[in-house]
Amino acid sequence: MKRLVFLLLVVFIYSCNKDKEKSLQLNENESVEVYNFKQLEPLLHADDNAIHVVNFWATWCAPCIKELPYFQELHDTYDKNNLKVILVSLDFTDKFESQLIPFIKKTTLTPQVILLDDPDENNWIPKVDKSWSGALPATLIYTKNKRAFYEQFFTKESLFKEIEKFKKI
Amino acid sequence: MKYLKIIPLVLVIGLISAFSYINMPTSDGYKVGDIATDFSLKNVDDTMISLADYLEAKGFILIFTCNTCPVSVRNEDRILALDKKYKPLGFPVIAINPNNPDVQPGDSFKLMKVRAKEKDFTFPYLFDEGQKIFPQYGASATPHAFILQKEKKDLIVKYIGGIDNSSRNPETVTIKYVENAVDALLDGKPIEVTFTRAIGCSIKI
Repeated sequence: MKRLVFLLLVVFIYSCNKDKEKSLQLNENESVEVYNFKQLEPLLHADDNAIHVVNFWATWCAPCIKELPYFQELHDTYDKNNLKVILVSLDFTDKFESQLIPFIKKTTLTPQVILLDDPDENNWIPKVDKSWSGALPATLIYTKNKRAFYEQFFTKESLFKEIEKFKKI
Repeated sequence: MKYLKIIPLVLVIGLISAFSYINMPTSDGYKVGDIATDFSLKNVDDTMISLADYLEAKGFILIFTCNTCPVSVRNEDRILALDKKYKPLGFPVIAINPNNPDVQPGDSFKLMKVRAKEKDFTFPYLFDEGQKIFPQYGASATPHAFILQKEKKDLIVKYIGGIDNSSRNPETVTIKYVENAVDALLDGKPIEVTFTRAIGCSIKI
């Protein structure tokens, strides 16, 4: 039995490593990870005490670019143990190098940026939230006890106000 | 006693806010099986177009799309191909720009004409002036497809969603939802997938 568990663990770790091979180099020390939905999904269901803010955006989405600084500000305002911001880019896969990477470098975004490279959209969009049509921008905010999805543009005020609702729980 | 006077007011406010809360998350608009409205919208050739004008059509591939959304642009060739394939079979494409040009100047009627000419659109490209039609349909993104079929005097919504399962990249498409749905209608068979989601741009209001 112990052997079996060990074997499964090895296989699991191996498959995890294999999945995470893909990444894009930002500079010498930094890179942006490229995930498929299976790899992203655990980050939409973290079981810790933090408030998780997952923003779906793209460099081609004008309202997304407008609200990005508010998510950066959230990230800067809160202690990382209390609030985590993840920026999930839905940029065109053939534009990662020419559009997304230069954008991230230029804006010096510090929250974690993940490139979601999973073409089968209708399969994973409802797994993010069943109310989501797929339009950008969109944001998921959740804690262990509360979960809400916003297919909308946030102002700075409306974003911070929404976070307050999660702090009380 | 003073408080008693306030109670009805509080109740009314409470009721109003409760209803507005309930209404917020459920997006209005059509569901598959609903009767779709006709309209009279201005086409890029300056004529007014209604679905009732198409006496011979069996139905329509209605697509909310626009000039400025890069996902829409990446679907233009796919929309042209749909029109080429299905117009002769009785399901022409009708494209509608739902965006407010005051918010998104690139989606003005004037620039719609430019884009239609550049890409040689073979289908009407209509302007939802005043944004009255897209909320009735419940379009929430560009591009967003609605397949309608004529049944007696009515237009019945048969499919709502993406054109296919990879809106951002035509090369990774593995399921063509709109084609599958129209093929099923033409064969008189039930549509396998009647509702899907796809990445797109929010409608600018």
